[in-house]
Amino acid sequence: MPAVSKGDGMRGLAVFISDIRNCKSKEAEIKRINKELANIRSKFKGDKALDGYSKKKYVCKLLFIFLLGHDIDFGHMEAVNLLSSNKYTEKQIGYLFISVLVNSNSELIRLINNAIKNDLSSRNPTFMCLALHCIANVGSREMAEAFASEIPRILVAGDTMDSVKQSAALCLLRLYKTSPDLVLMGEWTSRVVHLLNDQHMGVVTAAISLITCLSQKNPDEFKTCVSLAVSRLSRIVSSASTDLQDYTYYFVPAPWLSCKLLRLLQCYPPPEDGAVKGRLVECLETILNKAQEPPKSKKVQHSNAKNAILFEAISLIIHYDSEPNLLVRACNQLGQFLQHRETNLRYLALESMCTLASSEFSHEAVKTHIETVINALKTERDVSVRQRAADLLYAMCDRSNAKQIVAEMLSYLETADYSIREEMVLKVAILAEKYAVDYSWYVDTILNLIRIAGDYVSEEVWYRVIQIVINRDDVQGYAAKTVFEALQAPACHENMVKVGGYILGEFGNLIAGDPRSSPLVQFNLLHSKFHLCSVPTRALLLSAYIKFINLFPETKATIQEVLRCDSQIRNSDVELQQRAVEYLKLSSIASTDVLATVLEEMPPFPERESSILAKLKKKKGPGAVSVTELEDSKREGGELNGGGDRGPDTSAMSASNASTPSPSADLLGIRSSAPAGTAPASAGNLLVDVFSEAGPAAPSAAVNDDGFLSSAPPSEDPAPPLSEADELLNKFVCKNNGVLFENQLLQIGIKSEYRQNLGRMYLFYGNKTSVQFASFTTSVSCPGELQSHILSVQLCFSIFRNYQSLKSDFWSTVCKTILNRSKFQNLHPSVIVI
Amino acid sequence: MQFMLLFSRQGKLRLQKWYVPLSDKEKKKITRELVQTVLARKPKMCSFLEWRDLKIVYKRYASLYFCCAIEDQDNELITLEIIHRYVELLDKYFGSVCELDIIFNFEKAYFILDEFLLGGEAQETSKKNVLKAIEQADLLQEVRHLIKITVDKVF
Repeated sequence: MPAVSKGDGMRGLAVFISDIRNCKSKEAEIKRINKELANIRSKFKGDKALDGYSKKKYVCKLLFIFLLGHDIDFGHMEAVNLLSSNKYTEKQIGYLFISVLVNSNSELIRLINNAIKNDLSSRNPTFMCLALHCIANVGSREMAEAFASEIPRILVAGDTMDSVKQSAALCLLRLYKTSPDLVLMGEWTSRVVHLLNDQHMGVVTAAISLITCLSQKNPDEFKTCVSLAVSRLSRIVSSASTDLQDYTYYFVPAPWLSCKLLRLLQCYPPPEDGAVKGRLVECLETILNKAQEPPKSKKVQHSNAKNAILFEAISLIIHYDSEPNLLVRACNQLGQFLQHRETNLRYLALESMCTLASSEFSHEAVKTHIETVINALKTERDVSVRQRAADLLYAMCDRSNAKQIVAEMLSYLETADYSIREEMVLKVAILAEKYAVDYSWYVDTILNLIRIAGDYVSEEVWYRVIQIVINRDDVQGYAAKTVFEALQAPACHENMVKVGGYILGEFGNLIAGDPRSSPLVQFNLLHSKFHLCSVPTRALLLSAYIKFINLFPETKATIQEVLRCDSQIRNSDVELQQRAVEYLKLSSIASTDVLATVLEEMPPFPERESSILAKLKKKKGPGAVSVTELEDSKREGGELNGGGDRGPDTSAMSASNASTPSPSADLLGIRSSAPAGTAPASAGNLLVDVFSEAGPAAPSAAVNDDGFLSSAPPSEDPAPPLSEADELLNKFVCKNNGVLFENQLLQIGIKSEYRQNLGRMYLFYGNKTSVQFASFTTSVSCPGELQSHILSVQLCFSIFRNYQSLKSDFWSTVCKTILNRSKFQNLHPSVIVI
Repeated sequence: MQFMLLFSRQGKLRLQKWYVPLSDKEKKKITRELVQTVLARKPKMCSFLEWRDLKIVYKRYASLYFCCAIEDQDNELITLEIIHRYVELLDKYFGSVCELDIIFNFEKAYFILDEFLLGGEAQETSKKNVLKAIEQADLLQEVRHLIKITVDKVF
């Protein structure tokens, strides 16, 4: 155990720490800790008031236990007590405890703030520093409220000591970062800027950080700092290494200060004043020159400090982006670093060059290094360096080197770290699209992407390739052929199946002439993957199958066989079942004209911004997006609505809705119970008419399971249609509200809502005649086993104008509507009908 | 700087300084993940890596890893030198510092750090000045201690 000779080391603490270290197991450690906690608890609660030393010792022990990773829920009060001690070390431990174990108890906070206030006004610089350190470490809102106005005053007061000024500056910075609204600009701001001229370098160092942060939000307030910063910087850069004494670090004058000054200058545009600008350019040139000089020391600290300044200077040059000479020099310097022995420097050079690549002046200069960067990508052993190389390739890509770069990135992708694959995939996809002159290359690239990194190919990427293939006639045949070949691979990624299924569904006919890719071969190929795929892919494949039926009538029987089998039409997934059922019906019922219209080729997508870019930006933040994308505002291709596989289906649906002859689409057998539109003689007669017309609920409205939700006309229903009624009914396939039935006497409107397994329907009866209906009643009846699912029926009468309620047995059909629909939702329907 | 962690090769945390407000749970999670990531790095790899949306700068001194998390726009090389300067300070103070010194005098390690970095920024880069400030504080203690002993002896 090392002897602690500085100050009064707490022996008890040292012993405790030794004990913990000697514990052989986690359980032993916990046991020892609990013993100590119990001991401390009893001491704190004890009658005897503890002396300062003991309190300090126990508080310190608690702190140690907390830092080991255990929770501490007491001791705060004692720590706060220590704050008011006169002994420095006791205060120190008290402050340390409360800065590490931040407590939100308001009483404690009040006491802490009080102690801090006392220390701040104590005029003892060591105590003031302690207090300021605490505020900077905690930086809570309550502290900001209490001290945000006090600290600026301390900072700029003439009699404040240097060490206190330093701490005050950074303390204020912390408060500003956490509660910017509480730190108000005032007359102190101009005085703060003048701290840049302070004699004490430590004060300047601290003040710069503060000013840098403040000037980002209030540039005008602080713009006088620019010229001061430039003169300070040039003084440092041109000083001999002995001038700055203790602020020289391994023969480099004031490296931290220089870096901070350069950072501050990056908050502003290049200075307008010619003299200032000239001085600054001179500075930067000196820094660049020094990099070429032989080093004054072999130590790595020397080169790190020197290069730190160099890299910061290069960042400034890039930020200004206005001095071509400097930019080219910077680029050359970085180029040298690309091949440096030290890995750190290669890493930083690659990183810096990324930003340089986006400047128009230096873009060409950066491109000259492409071979080095590609080499780095292939040979660097450190994955972080390889990743930087990949980023740089992406940034320097343009039309001249796109093919080469994409090829390199693809081969890198094969062995890349899993954590970066998704980003790489997005980047390759963007580059391939942006610089594709020949779209077959684009298709190849994307398919390669899927082959190499299928798991990481997000939806946006493969939607995009489909959009582009649809929009470009010239590449459709090629796409079909390539996809067909790709699918023949024994192990094929699911995304490939998706893309393949879609493209063959749309353009399979372009390769059907070749016997090797005849329709049946294509179908079998797709179907061989069917059972290996997830539900969305299978759904897409089903759509492809119905398209095949349209394109290749000779496959109809085979495909229908597949659709008809139980695993499709009784599939537990609603989507698949629905599709199988509907497509089967569509294929059996629709004439070839109808089918062709329904399954017409997808129209070109409208032009909209690529979603891949958006996804990349979201993933990496705005900084990672290079200027190649910024130029990219007008690009062809649009964003798919909803989903790649949804698209064709919804349009098929709407097409079929439009083209299906409407009246025969009797979904519910309403026809049979619909009253013929006889003219009402009188109310009384009418009632009879209505009842007699109605008859028993017509069960040839035997709802065809497969016909019900389909938009295709299903029924073999004999009763003549009442065209308006049927049309009205059709819309309930998609809508919940509307007019359910209407004739000259009566209008029935329905409003329904469904949530999960519950549904509620309102029926509104409207009397269209000018006479009152009498004895109007309604009733609900429900067939068979579904009766149990009706939770409650309440009839309520709503009087609307002079309408009265009217008996109707549309109830029964309405019931069926609810219940059958919910059956397809695969739920236990519990229906509340009101 | 967002935070600084010191940990041993077995992953035991020796010092943790947080410059951003985070809940205890988040701190533990970050510590666990970052320690794992850094310990997995091989010796010849570079001292920088990207982790979440931060840049991590780390360096191993004997049995201790010094690990800092900085923001995107911060300078990596100068952060490496911040780490080195901190080690120099500890070394001067403890005389050939080793991990044990930091374990048994953890509170001193925090005090020294506070004199050098505040709110995540370097406040005093002169080694002399920082050490002077610490020694002054120590002096305050010793004087009192001496006085106490003398007083006790007298009475």
